[in-house]
Amino acid sequence: MAGPSSSGNPSPAVRIIVPIVLGIVFVGAWEFFVRYYHVPKFVLPPPSMIAEALINDYQTLSVSLWNTLKVTLAAFFVALAIGVAFAILFTQSRIFEISLFPYAVILQVTPIVSIAPFIIIWVGLDHVERALLILATIVAFFPILSNTTLGLKSVDHNLQNLFDLYRASRWQRLKELQFPSALPYLLGGMKISGGLALIGAVVAEFVAGSGTGTGLAWRIIESANRLNIPRMFAALLLLSVLGILIFFGLSALERLLLRKWHESAVGREN
Amino acid sequence: MTEVPTVLRRAAAVSGATNRGRPLISLAGVGKTYQNGTLALTDVNLSIGQGEFVSLLGPSGCGKSTLLRMIAGLGSTSEGSIDWPQSRYDAKGEPQRDLGFVFQEPTLMPWATVFENVYLPLKLTGVGKRAAVGRVTEVLAMVGLEKFAGSYPRELSGGMKMRASIARALVVKPQVLLMDEPFAALDEITRIRLNNDLLGLWQSQQWTVIFVTHSVYESVYLSNRIVVMSARPGRIVADLAIDAPYPRGEMFRTSSTYNEFCRTTSAELSRAMAGAEEEH
Repeated sequence: MAGPSSSGNPSPAVRIIVPIVLGIVFVGAWEFFVRYYHVPKFVLPPPSMIAEALINDYQTLSVSLWNTLKVTLAAFFVALAIGVAFAILFTQSRIFEISLFPYAVILQVTPIVSIAPFIIIWVGLDHVERALLILATIVAFFPILSNTTLGLKSVDHNLQNLFDLYRASRWQRLKELQFPSALPYLLGGMKISGGLALIGAVVAEFVAGSGTGTGLAWRIIESANRLNIPRMFAALLLLSVLGILIFFGLSALERLLLRKWHESAVGREN
Repeated sequence: MTEVPTVLRRAAAVSGATNRGRPLISLAGVGKTYQNGTLALTDVNLSIGQGEFVSLLGPSGCGKSTLLRMIAGLGSTSEGSIDWPQSRYDAKGEPQRDLGFVFQEPTLMPWATVFENVYLPLKLTGVGKRAAVGRVTEVLAMVGLEKFAGSYPRELSGGMKMRASIARALVVKPQVLLMDEPFAALDEITRIRLNNDLLGLWQSQQWTVIFVTHSVYESVYLSNRIVVMSARPGRIVADLAIDAPYPRGEMFRTSSTYNEFCRTTSAELSRAMAGAEEEH
């Protein structure tokens, strides 16, 4: 049984080293089994061949990566702006919230794959990248909207009274009290939305199909059609890396903004 | 203990209200019914004079906090009126007076430093940061936190957080300091120290203090007037003068006079609670 020392928090070095060692072992085993059993490369290519594809097709893949990244980032920032704007609107006016929130939920729960063909037809025939942007934004904005709305409302009651006492204006209340209170919630929403923006961009590209021919998702379809499985894996790898980078970037931002005061981010001595 | 000792008199006879003509705050027939229909307060009549240290003492649920909040303008009265005879009223009918309010919890903004927290009331009233630095530094020194201006609330102990909260209330140079069981959550040692510091500040700054508490000992130690309230519906059942000289310190806390005041006040409180039970 594990002693008390092994049940504590592992050190940062262990946290980094252990997953990396596991990854190396996994990739090594993959390489070994594929070569040992002569698995055809169009079924499962060995990691070395994927790496090769990554280097040889660098030109095409980097263009695709850049295109997907552009859509993802643009959708994320548009979702951020729309989500925060509507959250503020909702907390300022109850009637806005009552009338609009159900539609935001409908937009959220309707599978994006089923909305995508409509958007592509209406917008995407001439401007495919606009359709991709709209679809990725639809997927990404809801966590920001709902988290920020919750955060803006989760203000300490006594602090509200304090602002009443000094007759703070709406703007002062929003800026000095509600927004800082909502920040941890907003950052949590952003972490979810960052990943969803990427998913939205990929799904939209899949649906848009050959018309786009530029992003990583399209590169996966195209490689599959040509049975170029190593390149398919290379594109997949790039998508994963992109998702990881987005997540870590937003986590770093969260730590940076909250480290001074929020329980989730401050270091503890005991 | 039903007999009233000679040291104790009805407070109205000695309160600032009669000493200086018009009272600072005047409550006439104040009542409060909550939205759910509960009658929280009924027929509260009270005049508070400039410079008094008044404790509102009562069992929990007697509406003393509600009363304090209504005095601060944080809740409306259902009946009666609260007037500020010495204050000017603005066009909206709001009295122009400077209040400091200290909540039971320190109620600091966790994302802001002690300096920013204390500066907040001035910021909300439009005072620029540069103009406020002097005043903020001054009140931080008054509560002994001058070295912690740059600290965040989570880095402070419970007592220090409460000091920061008091500094924030003082920064606007309030005429009236309203305190809602501010030390209830603190340990005994910290509470006694803060009691003494509060008394020292009150004597030097000449505010009026209205102090809500459920502690007989704390109210006798601090105040020169104790308003005893009964349980729901809350109303005033006794108005006691604590005619002991200031400054008060350990000598007072261990004196027989102090004990006598505590005994009398306790008896009034017991009567208030017994009366409430009979009615139900």
